[in-house]
Amino acid sequence: MSTVVPLSAQLINLFAAVILLLAFAMLAQRRVLPLINLFALQGLTLCLSTLVVAFSTGQAHLYGSAALTLVLKALLLPWILHRLVRKLQVKSDVEGLVNIPTTMLIGIVLVMVAFNVALPISQLASTISRGTLGIALASVMLAFLMMIVRTKAIPQVVGFLAMENGLFLAATSATYGMPMVVELGIALDVLVGAIILGVFFFQIREQFDSLDIRHLEKLKER
Amino acid sequence: MFALLPIDVLLIAAGTWLALGLAGLAAPRNFRYISKVLFPLGAAVAVLAGLTSLSFLGSGAETAVLAVGLPGLPFHLRLDNLAAVFVLLLGFAAAGISVFAAGYFRKGEGAAPGLLCLQYHFFLAAMLLVLLADDAYAFMVAWEGMALSSFFLVTTDHRHAEIRRAGYLYLLIAHVGAIAILLCFGLMASGSGDYTFAGMRAQSLPPFWASAAWLLALLGFGAKAGLLPVHVWLPEAHPAAPSPVSAMMSGVMLKTAIYGLLRVSFDLLGEPLWWWGVVAMAVGLATALFGVLYSTVQSDMKRLLAYSSIENIGLIAVALGLTLLFHAYRMAALAALAMTALLYHCLAHAGFKSLLFLCTGSVLHATKERSLGRLGGLIHRMPWVAWLALAGVIAGAGLPPLSGFVSEWLLLQGFLFSPGLPHPWLNMVVPVAAAVVALVAALAGFAMVKFYGIVFLGRMREEALKDAHDAGRWERAGLVWLAVLTFLLGVLPTTVIRLIDAATRQLLGAGLADKVREHGWWLLAPISPDRASYAPLVFLAVIAAAVLLGRQLVHRLYHGRLRRSPAWDCGYVFQGPRAQDTAEGFSQPIRRIFEPMFRMERHFPTVRDEQPYYSVKVEDHFWNWLYLPLARFADGISRLIIRLQGGRIAIYLLYSFLTLIVLLLVARP
Amino acid sequence: MSISGLLWQFFAIALALALAPLLTGWVNQCRAWLQNRAAPPLLQPYFMLHKLFHKDVVLAHGASPLFVFAPYVVFGCMLLACAIIPTLSTDLPFAPAADTIALVGVFGLARLFIALAAMDIGTSFGTLGGRREMLIGFLAEPALLMVIFTTAMISQSTSVATIVETLAHGDFVINPSLAFAGIAFTFVSFAENARVPVDNPATHLELTMIHEAMILEYSGRHLALIEWAAALKLYAYSCLGLALFFPWGIAEGDSAAGLLLAISALIAKLAVGGALLALIETINAKVRIFRAPEFLGTAFLFAVLGLLVRLLLESRV
Repeated sequence: MSTVVPLSAQLINLFAAVILLLAFAMLAQRRVLPLINLFALQGLTLCLSTLVVAFSTGQAHLYGSAALTLVLKALLLPWILHRLVRKLQVKSDVEGLVNIPTTMLIGIVLVMVAFNVALPISQLASTISRGTLGIALASVMLAFLMMIVRTKAIPQVVGFLAMENGLFLAATSATYGMPMVVELGIALDVLVGAIILGVFFFQIREQFDSLDIRHLEKLKER
Repeated sequence: MFALLPIDVLLIAAGTWLALGLAGLAAPRNFRYISKVLFPLGAAVAVLAGLTSLSFLGSGAETAVLAVGLPGLPFHLRLDNLAAVFVLLLGFAAAGISVFAAGYFRKGEGAAPGLLCLQYHFFLAAMLLVLLADDAYAFMVAWEGMALSSFFLVTTDHRHAEIRRAGYLYLLIAHVGAIAILLCFGLMASGSGDYTFAGMRAQSLPPFWASAAWLLALLGFGAKAGLLPVHVWLPEAHPAAPSPVSAMMSGVMLKTAIYGLLRVSFDLLGEPLWWWGVVAMAVGLATALFGVLYSTVQSDMKRLLAYSSIENIGLIAVALGLTLLFHAYRMAALAALAMTALLYHCLAHAGFKSLLFLCTGSVLHATKERSLGRLGGLIHRMPWVAWLALAGVIAGAGLPPLSGFVSEWLLLQGFLFSPGLPHPWLNMVVPVAAAVVALVAALAGFAMVKFYGIVFLGRMREEALKDAHDAGRWERAGLVWLAVLTFLLGVLPTTVIRLIDAATRQLLGAGLADKVREHGWWLLAPISPDRASYAPLVFLAVIAAAVLLGRQLVHRLYHGRLRRSPAWDCGYVFQGPRAQDTAEGFSQPIRRIFEPMFRMERHFPTVRDEQPYYSVKVEDHFWNWLYLPLARFADGISRLIIRLQGGRIAIYLLYSFLTLIVLLLVARP
Repeated sequence: MSISGLLWQFFAIALALALAPLLTGWVNQCRAWLQNRAAPPLLQPYFMLHKLFHKDVVLAHGASPLFVFAPYVVFGCMLLACAIIPTLSTDLPFAPAADTIALVGVFGLARLFIALAAMDIGTSFGTLGGRREMLIGFLAEPALLMVIFTTAMISQSTSVATIVETLAHGDFVINPSLAFAGIAFTFVSFAENARVPVDNPATHLELTMIHEAMILEYSGRHLALIEWAAALKLYAYSCLGLALFFPWGIAEGDSAAGLLLAISALIAKLAVGGALLALIETINAKVRIFRAPEFLGTAFLFAVLGLLVRLLLESRV
């Protein structure tokens, strides 16, 4: 390579790539508990990448974001989800509407779309980690895809949370993070959302004896 | 002294072929005269044509005008380097096929030998004229001559209904294609009204009309080459035709369509647009994947090879797309690389596919059997055919050190540069397309192992196969010729690239030969040896040395003792030919993994069946999704038109009268 | 090309011949330890080869010359592969004969021959093995090619020697794409070498085997050659993986000191790699044959992701 890239940028790229890898791994994962663990791992990687950004740019508030990410996404939410799975005695297999290889192929196409869409934006950005914008967008899209193709409620929630991970990555890579207020707000939203969804799960299961959200289709008006 | 130019020699060759055909009519029933005199003479003429173009390659274009045809519309002919590469292909492939044919056609099979001889040599002459034509008129006449003669050759065995059906389908699609080509020429000549290629070259069309002309050419030539979705005739016509004819059609005739596509894209239309490359590549990838998947699930050996031809044409179209892309973005050296891959694959495919089709011909004669499920173990009875077929199989699977690998290697090298394309989407999508090429190549290996393993290896699946006999002397000579060509194309890539370089230089203004020449004749390094290199001779030498040395050492250090005994098979007692995989069994994984790609009808045995059986029929989705609706549509239209037919003369006269009046009104100055 | 280069080339081949069974023995030993079994001696593969060479060849009645010829070809292909891959030094006279794409072709040629030989006797297990081997082959090849594309794009070359020189001797750069490619390559080499998630090298349970099913009818020196070729294949894949992803230590010229260092580095890396292989094999279960497409599809996916990440992150910096 002709120009020397700072080590921090290389590290950020590496972490971004790992986040993308984990997004794919979640898409391919058949079981619920490993899925949650992968999500936790993604949170951890996100925290590390934020730390590197914080360290290399000297933006102090990013340390706060990193800590928040660690506590919330790598520890608290996975713990809540684990508890939920145990309480609800969810069957370990995740069912999908589309089989896994096809999902993965769609995923690849999404990545290409995301990369190309992000290209002009990231060329405008001047931050050291601009290359990761495409990856962030791809992670959001993959999480969205996961929400679409999974029929059980818990994987859908994981997809929702993973989407937030992608957004957070986009925020750090494009603008060195959001203002702390916004970030705290989102974090709280996510937490509350997860708890409310947890309550919902109990209700859904009581109603239908299953967490299959296809049952919700019956709720439409005839 | 009157000196013969190469183009004159080629014209004489075409004339001699026509004369040989007519000579066959002189004594249509004299079998020995036709098979042992006329066909070998035809082969000699083919070698002459091949050698002529070999000596021509690299020199400037030559033209000639033949005052035949309609008055005021003479045939313009021209031999340039692009044509010469394809004449080379035609000559050398036809030589082997004609020699084989001398031993192949038997008494009392199908049409009279004289008639067959006429059609066959007319077919050869027409293909040569297609390559030499330099105006739209001569081209279309030769093109139609080629289509018609091959139609009659396909329907040689016209007593079978399905062969007549295959011939009809072939003729139909050939004419749809011919109309598209005619329209394409019409568009290109529209500005000046000049129907010669020289006139078309001189004018430049606006992008919209150029694109329209190119798409028409893709449809028209694609119909002849077997590109999706106008491929349906190919797997029907190839198995129906006698094997030398299948070989000729698959090895040579499909390439004339590629020639036409190259001629229109790079020579007549001037500057290509970048999205033509994308279209060609997408169509090519779809065709290649479709062809190879269907080829793996066939249970008729000639259909398997026919689908494999579709696959190879698909790969050629991918190379065409890559060439167009690089050319449109003015990356001349890379365009030359992709074009070299394209031309190389044309030559390689002509060699190995003709070889394989001829091998099926020998098997067919020896066993009267085309279905893979009734063959097996023929390597014991037909060693010549089996070992020569192995060369074709290795080349067909795209494996080193034979011919198929060189072109695939060049193509993949071309793909490696595609991230350099100055277009944000293309530089990401095109490299991934290389993975499809790799998948196709690997699946071709699957199909080839299936073909070879089931036909030649294992136990004989039928008792009758014990009486199979090896190919005769003439057949063997033809096979050896093609196998040697396949071998030479595989191990002497630099020599071959220097030959076809003249054509890439003519079309693109750049070639690989200078780069290739730098590194010696044994090392193929299209860019630089640091970047990529391949030396098939060293490759072959190391493997051969390992084989020989290994054998010598093992025998010297230990021993060479050998005992024969029944097969072990994990101690399973009930061994027999029925325990082997059938053709359907072998392809079961493919059917399972790629299930949505096939339209399958399966019958599973149940416990209550008196005579349990399993059957699976795989059909093409295109029939149901495209052709049947089209047929119904055409049917509906004809039903409407049928109402015009009242049966009364007065009404018909009224139609003519009305037409006349309308025409007079319209044509008013 | 020099005389000393040629000598080192032959030394590399001899080293491959000698080390390959040792690597297999080491993996078997590690696996036995991990599974709480008494481990066979490290040199067990050599003993087995010696024994097999001594035994008579028992050839089935229906065997054709192709069946006898195939083990030699497979052995030759693997030897060629080992000669091309830079194990000790990048200065190999034979290396220009084949780049990485041609290397895939060499493995393909060996696969074709062994699959054909499996179908030659006409037994049920033989054809079953041949069919499955070709299945794994066509699934693995696209993934392998994408891995090669990724590494080739980083070094602007498909020649293995150049790739190693770029990666090992250039500036230290983190290439996230290489991480993806490395995972994909690991997956592919597990499948190609008949290792646990896809095939079990120790099984003789008929319905689950792939590689073993193909070579059931072989005996004596033919079997020895095939076993040796399998060991060479594992060695070649390990060395290729090491060369592409952990190239440090491979000498650039042919100085004696550099090569001595290279040999010790190679042996150390192979020892670690072999132990890891045994560990992965132990903690995984063999999957059903129709899960293999998913396994290799994932490999393909990682390889493509590596390529895309390479194009996104690293091409414009």
